[in-house]
Amino acid sequence: MTRAIESISDPRLQLQILSGQDICKIHDATLQIIEKVGVKFPSRRALEIWAQAGADVDFDRMTVKARPDLIESALKHCPAAYSLAARDPSQDLPLDGNHVYLGTDGCGVEVIDIASGERRISRLQDVRDIARIADATPQIAFHWVPVSAQDVPAPVRGLHELQAIWENSTKHVQTESIYNEREAQVAIDMAAMIAGGREALRKRPVLSLMQCTASPLGHDGGSVEAALLAAEAGIPTGFMTMAACLTTGPATLAGNLAVGNAEVIAGTALLQIAFPGAPVFYAAAQTASDPRTGAYTGGGPEDFLFGGATNALADFYNIPLSMGSFATGAKEPNWQAGIENSLSTFMASISMADMLLGAGFLHGSRIWSFAEMMMDCEIFSIIRKTLQGIEVSDETLALEAIAAVGPSGNFLSQPHTRRHMRDLFLSEFMDRRPYAEWEAKKDDARDWALAKARRILAEHQPARLDPKLSAEFSALIHSAEVPA
Amino acid sequence: MAEDMLKKMAQSIIDGDLDAAVALAREVVASNMDPLEAISKGFVVGVNTVGEAFGRGEAFLPELVMAGEAMKVAIGVLDPELKKRGAHREILGRVVIGTVEGDIHEIGKSLVATMLSASGFEVHDLGVDVPGDQLIGKALDMNADILAMSALLTTTMVRQREVIEELEKEGLRHRIKIMVGGAPVTREWVASIHADGYSEDAIGAVALARNLVAKA
Repeated sequence: MTRAIESISDPRLQLQILSGQDICKIHDATLQIIEKVGVKFPSRRALEIWAQAGADVDFDRMTVKARPDLIESALKHCPAAYSLAARDPSQDLPLDGNHVYLGTDGCGVEVIDIASGERRISRLQDVRDIARIADATPQIAFHWVPVSAQDVPAPVRGLHELQAIWENSTKHVQTESIYNEREAQVAIDMAAMIAGGREALRKRPVLSLMQCTASPLGHDGGSVEAALLAAEAGIPTGFMTMAACLTTGPATLAGNLAVGNAEVIAGTALLQIAFPGAPVFYAAAQTASDPRTGAYTGGGPEDFLFGGATNALADFYNIPLSMGSFATGAKEPNWQAGIENSLSTFMASISMADMLLGAGFLHGSRIWSFAEMMMDCEIFSIIRKTLQGIEVSDETLALEAIAAVGPSGNFLSQPHTRRHMRDLFLSEFMDRRPYAEWEAKKDDARDWALAKARRILAEHQPARLDPKLSAEFSALIHSAEVPA
Repeated sequence: MAEDMLKKMAQSIIDGDLDAAVALAREVVASNMDPLEAISKGFVVGVNTVGEAFGRGEAFLPELVMAGEAMKVAIGVLDPELKKRGAHREILGRVVIGTVEGDIHEIGKSLVATMLSASGFEVHDLGVDVPGDQLIGKALDMNADILAMSALLTTTMVRQREVIEELEKEGLRHRIKIMVGGAPVTREWVASIHADGYSEDAIGAVALARNLVAKA
């Protein structure tokens, strides 16, 4: 049985990272970048759309420069709120600015094998297993394709991955592993078959599409064409910047935000010019490269600030945000993973990013760990509880109970205590045992988290996808692989 | 050559000052000084100084890259003069490098190219989205010691294997060492496609390339 999704909503805590004036400055810088420096769109179709809209297009350099009014008027068509639909409608996710949903992270290349504990190259069966565990986990609201199914052919890999998730979960799927028009077309067909046709899919998009930009100031041609196709079909579509201070972005945080914003905003404007009103989202996972080596860090104070600041930008444009949090650079679930994943997720959550990506990875989104996945879910729960803040009311002030206990008593046997004891956070993985018990076993969160994942995998049966649909998916993918 | 002239050359590299490096190289040519001496006793000293500071954790990556770029423009000025004199500078080896077909990700590949070139390799960078036959063709034309291929996506990473298979099919595999790189590349992948090595960063790539040419 799949439990109701737990999201963050109605937070009592607030944080202002950027002032209104700061945001306007970043926006102005963004428009100036798009107008004067330009953004690369290596796609004939995209360049023609831009040219027709009156942008200054250099077809040889595949670069677009657009006036601020063109960008701003296009952005006005973005819908402010919509829902990501799930195979099970009770798991639909309203992106209305008042919910933070956690997804699995995506596109890893290795897995710590759930049975043997060995690190190995990721396979299709991992995609199935992770989807099934996520389906049973209330903190996980939607899926990214968690790892790359490297045992199936590359040209149809993204489709096998989608089928694997839909067959093992009833939750919403956001693919970030389809980078061309051809695969996107089949993916949309598959989604339409689940929704009950193209028009039904428009109303209930059971699939959304995320494409990475190519920082600085570039897009991938295939990605842009896939995004255009999705936007045309009414499938929520977003561009994610991963601009990294020092390498693919300026060393300064504000400059890095402006570069990434120019990529996302230019891509989003393109979709709105082509298909006004198409559901879109802002996506970001900026970071800072390590100054000594240039390595991807996957955490650190810069990431935390980006996590909080980006939602201020997405709010300014009034579109939902999918924000990279978690994704520690740590090599195993440890001190570093705990710090990075907690703080990045706290900052993205307190600013109410609509979607968080995501749970489960080590080594900067490269190695999937089932234990880390479960512990990330607990981090999310801790932050969710924290953001609920402190309710102050006659009932919560508990004056009656305080009077009944008086000085020197205790509250254990009060009816008020019984009413509210279950409001307190109950940890699954924190070690609160007596010291001697720990000393005898020397086990910890990692062991318990892995045991939980194994138990779910052994026991959880997701609501099955209609076997007829499964068979049709297989046939579709097969025909996509073997050109007629 | 005057001691302070050589010092200035080294300093231009340490500062990552491309204009100064070019001006000094031009001065060498104009005043008919020995270009080989300018390189080995001037500019290279700067590269080594930055490299050593980097090794101690004092210099940061941008300083290393800027030193590499300053070195490249200085050599660019001096190379024609060397040829004119029938001299040639020692190179560690010849490398053809590119990001594989279908993949436009550039930065890691370019960083490796800069570091290799700053370390004394002759580097031919074919850019991004490079078809396998172009990589192979260029490597054969240049009689390259190393072919280096980058990929950021698991779906394009398979091109690395295809190029190696093609070389094997043509009976050319023994003639060239293959280095691969990119975020999804792992030791297991390298073993499975029979590449000669990989590195997770540019510094490691230089060490690997040195090893590969030493073995050859």
